[in-house]
Amino acid sequence: MFTVPILGIDYLTFLILAPGLAGLLLLLLPNNDNLLRAVALAASTAIGAYAVFLFYAYVGQAGNLNGGYLFEVSYPWFSPIGANWHLGIDGISAAMILLTGILVPLSVLVSFEIHEGVKMHMALLLFFEIGLFGVFASLDLVIFFLFYELSLVPIFFLIKEWGGANRQYASTKFFLYSMGGTLGMLLATQLIGWSMSLTELGVPSFDIVQITQYFPALREGQTLLGQPVEVIKALAFTGFFIAFCIKVPVWPFHTWLPDAHSEAPTAGSMLLAGVMLKLGAYGFLRLVIPFFPDVWVRPLSFFGVGNFNAATIFAVLAMLGIVLGAFAAFAQTDIKRLVAYSSVNHMGFVALGLAVTAYWYGRSYTEGVTNPELLQSAIIATNGAVMQMFNHGLSSAGMFLLAGAIYHKTHTRDLTQYGGFWVKAPIYGAIFIFTSMASLGLPGLNGFIGEFLVVRGAFSVFTWITVISMLGLLFTGAYILKGIRAVLHGPFNMHWKDYDLEIDRRELIAIAPLMVLMLVTGLVPNWILTTINESVTRMLSGLL
Amino acid sequence: MFPILSLIIFIPIVAGVALLFFDAENKVAIRTVALMTAFVVLALSAASYWGYLQSLETVSNDLTTLEQSGDAGYATAMFKRQLALEEYYEWLPGLGIAYHVGVDGLSAPMVLLTGMVCVTGVLISWRIEEQLREFMSFFLFLVAGVYGVFVSIDLFLLFFFYELALFPMYILIAGWGWVQLRQYAAMKLTIYILVGSVFALIGVIAMVIVANSFFTSPDGMVLFQSAIANGILPESANPFSFNIVQLMLAAEGGAFNVAGYAGIETLTFAKLWFPFIFIGFGVLAGIFPFHNWSPDGHVAAPTAVSMIHAGVLMKLGAFAALRVGVQLLPSGAHVHLPWIIFLTLINVVLGAFIAFRQRDFKYVIGFSSVSHMGLVSMGWASMNMLGMVGAGMQMFSHGAMTALFFGCVGMVYDRAHTRDIPSLGGFIQKMPLVGLAFIVGGLTSMGMPGFSGFIAEYPIFMGLFQASETITLTIGSFTLSNYYSVVALIAVIGIIITAAYVLRVTHQVFFGKFNAELYPDVGNIRWTDRIILLLLAVPLLVIGLYPNIMAPMVEIGLRPVLAILGG
Repeated sequence: MFTVPILGIDYLTFLILAPGLAGLLLLLLPNNDNLLRAVALAASTAIGAYAVFLFYAYVGQAGNLNGGYLFEVSYPWFSPIGANWHLGIDGISAAMILLTGILVPLSVLVSFEIHEGVKMHMALLLFFEIGLFGVFASLDLVIFFLFYELSLVPIFFLIKEWGGANRQYASTKFFLYSMGGTLGMLLATQLIGWSMSLTELGVPSFDIVQITQYFPALREGQTLLGQPVEVIKALAFTGFFIAFCIKVPVWPFHTWLPDAHSEAPTAGSMLLAGVMLKLGAYGFLRLVIPFFPDVWVRPLSFFGVGNFNAATIFAVLAMLGIVLGAFAAFAQTDIKRLVAYSSVNHMGFVALGLAVTAYWYGRSYTEGVTNPELLQSAIIATNGAVMQMFNHGLSSAGMFLLAGAIYHKTHTRDLTQYGGFWVKAPIYGAIFIFTSMASLGLPGLNGFIGEFLVVRGAFSVFTWITVISMLGLLFTGAYILKGIRAVLHGPFNMHWKDYDLEIDRRELIAIAPLMVLMLVTGLVPNWILTTINESVTRMLSGLL
Repeated sequence: MFPILSLIIFIPIVAGVALLFFDAENKVAIRTVALMTAFVVLALSAASYWGYLQSLETVSNDLTTLEQSGDAGYATAMFKRQLALEEYYEWLPGLGIAYHVGVDGLSAPMVLLTGMVCVTGVLISWRIEEQLREFMSFFLFLVAGVYGVFVSIDLFLLFFFYELALFPMYILIAGWGWVQLRQYAAMKLTIYILVGSVFALIGVIAMVIVANSFFTSPDGMVLFQSAIANGILPESANPFSFNIVQLMLAAEGGAFNVAGYAGIETLTFAKLWFPFIFIGFGVLAGIFPFHNWSPDGHVAAPTAVSMIHAGVLMKLGAFAALRVGVQLLPSGAHVHLPWIIFLTLINVVLGAFIAFRQRDFKYVIGFSSVSHMGLVSMGWASMNMLGMVGAGMQMFSHGAMTALFFGCVGMVYDRAHTRDIPSLGGFIQKMPLVGLAFIVGGLTSMGMPGFSGFIAEYPIFMGLFQASETITLTIGSFTLSNYYSVVALIAVIGIIITAAYVLRVTHQVFFGKFNAELYPDVGNIRWTDRIILLLLAVPLLVIGLYPNIMAPMVEIGLRPVLAILGG
């Protein structure tokens, strides 16, 4: 275990504190825009480098890790309710921390285009990073909830103050949707924390590790609040499920997303799509699936008709997200809304992979199913889901960056006004195609890896659903080609003949690391997949 | 021992009297003296808080030992053990009245809060021109009275300070308040609170008499003697006494649970008097339906007084209701709190609704205080550790938050000369720090994690759910059970409405377009205002991010209460 502290603070606490300190530093600096930009970039790059360091430190140590989490620390935090400052990471969270660490400096670099309220904008980006790191590192339900909610505040103000024309509506909708969604989750955390006193542990606890270990074992016969424990579990499950579905977003909880993404400033969209959506998927993986294995596979019927379970429902919703998200993206004439709907489409694959995870985890927990083939599928699908989280982070951030770049020069997001830009902006065009192809899932680029694994893993579990989702993939191709055609090809719109449409050097620097990662991950996915796989395998086969 | 608490009480009084002898035109000197006094008091308060924080672990271990011993009178012994910085001087020994002060886990945060609000109150009154000397002087008297209530371990002394705080309050509102409302509001407030406290006072005197006859009976005598021998009561203790420790001993010995009180078969002292005492003090905490004085009082008062009023004074009511009501009459609490919770529920939800409907900036905050103080009483009504810790945290959190709110409102009003929300707008461009502070306060009040409001509300709701299983309400043959969880779910509505009105007000006042023609003299804030905002906003964040800086202390303060409640 790592015990070497930095400045007397342990590794993960430092990771969470660092962006906050950098943000405060920014607030104290004088109002010199260039100075503020430089400091914000330097600080976020340093934090990003630290995240990379942590990832490789994890990779180096993971071999010696024998279950559990690395860099684990636990201090009393709110003792009357039994919540601890409990942090730790596994391969999945390490990958997500890496993604966050990479994307934040890039979005800071892109935000150099902001000229009003530079100080606050940069500080908010850094404060946003606190919440993101915090969620991925926390192993205590209250801390998790704290950071999950806290991440809403900076992004709300980023949209509200620096967003597009319709920003008030979009930010309010986003905030109310997310706050409302987490109310159920708030009650669910309380129910779980308290019902831990009914388990073998005997005392209320919010410790995620302990809850994973003891909470699922609560079976019939016990009551809480005068209700049988199954009802409590179902309620808590619903609370979590809805909250995370909104965040991912899973169809039909996605309606906040196109508004928020398209109205947000470029940096906001990059982080929103790149990292924030992953908080929901991460929540499923870290909380909902391990806490409620029995609820996921409990047989349900619709007034006596049909026989299905929550995992199947989740898979169907994921499928609808894939297909309808692609259709909706195809119908857009606004470039940012097109990219936003593509997120619904791509995150659908994450959800499909997670549905397989939930299905397997639930069945192996409740029925002791040990079918190695099924286990293999589940591991593949889960790996695919996590890979897709990482890949979508790269490609959606890249797409939003490019959409922002063109918007910044033309001040319109209307696709019908574009056309033939390749003539004026060949470098931009090449990058646009490259990133689109990564997003499309072209083999050799990163998008392919995640989607292939998900489809391969899901096929043997949810065959028909997967087949229909594959059809959705066809439409993914359609809308992406439509986007490329509308922007780059066709007759050149003479309105722009005096505009400089070529990508800025600054934007080029910002997207270069993303392109490198897309290519490297597409060609040698194992640089990150082995780390993820090791944790996923441990999680899924630990029950055998 | 260094008499830190006496200094905290008497320094403001001495300074207040001294100020009256200053030259009224020498405003600089008056301000300086008042501010110095406030800073000294804040430093002393912080020192007492810090000192208590250092001793937490020892105290906690001793409490556990006492709790496990289960001896007769162990809850009282626990209460006595967790008192710190005690001072005891005979005052009127024949009447059982002593000058007896001390802090415990519950009052130490309140003392700190009072210090903070005192400094910020002086600072925000910096620009008062009209009779500054008298204003500062009365303000310091008010602060002394508030301190006195929090640290009194003698009920007579508690009442003494309680009324002492009321008198300068009346003058400050009537003299320096908002001209249109001040006479009416000051009168309304004083009458409400006086009537409430008279009920409580009668209850307390009756309590002392009952305790006296208990301690002179053979059973009580044994308890009394052993308490003196163990050092829980002073050597010179009189069976007739206002000492809270002694009354708690009587309560634990069962003095207030004897059936047949006032000649009625099923009635006990605790059953009869609990509602009078709890609600009598609860008036000051704004408990429904006696909350009506508070929004008017807040709005009419000058900013500094609104801050101390909503920030600290309302906590006096909640604090005294717990200390005198629940702690001394636990069996009454078991009978009555299960229905009083409905009043607090109305507080929470109705207060939020009314706040949502207001046009006047200050009324919004006034009604939000009613709503938030309802959560404190609700936490007391849960009668378990979680709910009560939450309520204790909420007292501090709401105190700092609402003082911050009133400070922000005052700063806007001083420059815009109107509080009409729809005609304001865009103020964050002119006064960014005020906007930021208001947002911090707003996030606290809507219970956003990372701010102290969450730390308070989370355990309150959890406590309510937990209490749901055990608490039942019986009226005649009608029994209601498991309804606390329903109460909690309805109270959540109040939280949602809170989020709605906070967003609305923030949006309408601070964002949008700034009308430079209408508000020509709106400029940025002064250094005094910066200190105010920092001093009040930072604790909200610190507690939100590291609750253990306060929560274990509150927990310790509540352990004796729970020991005697049997929860």
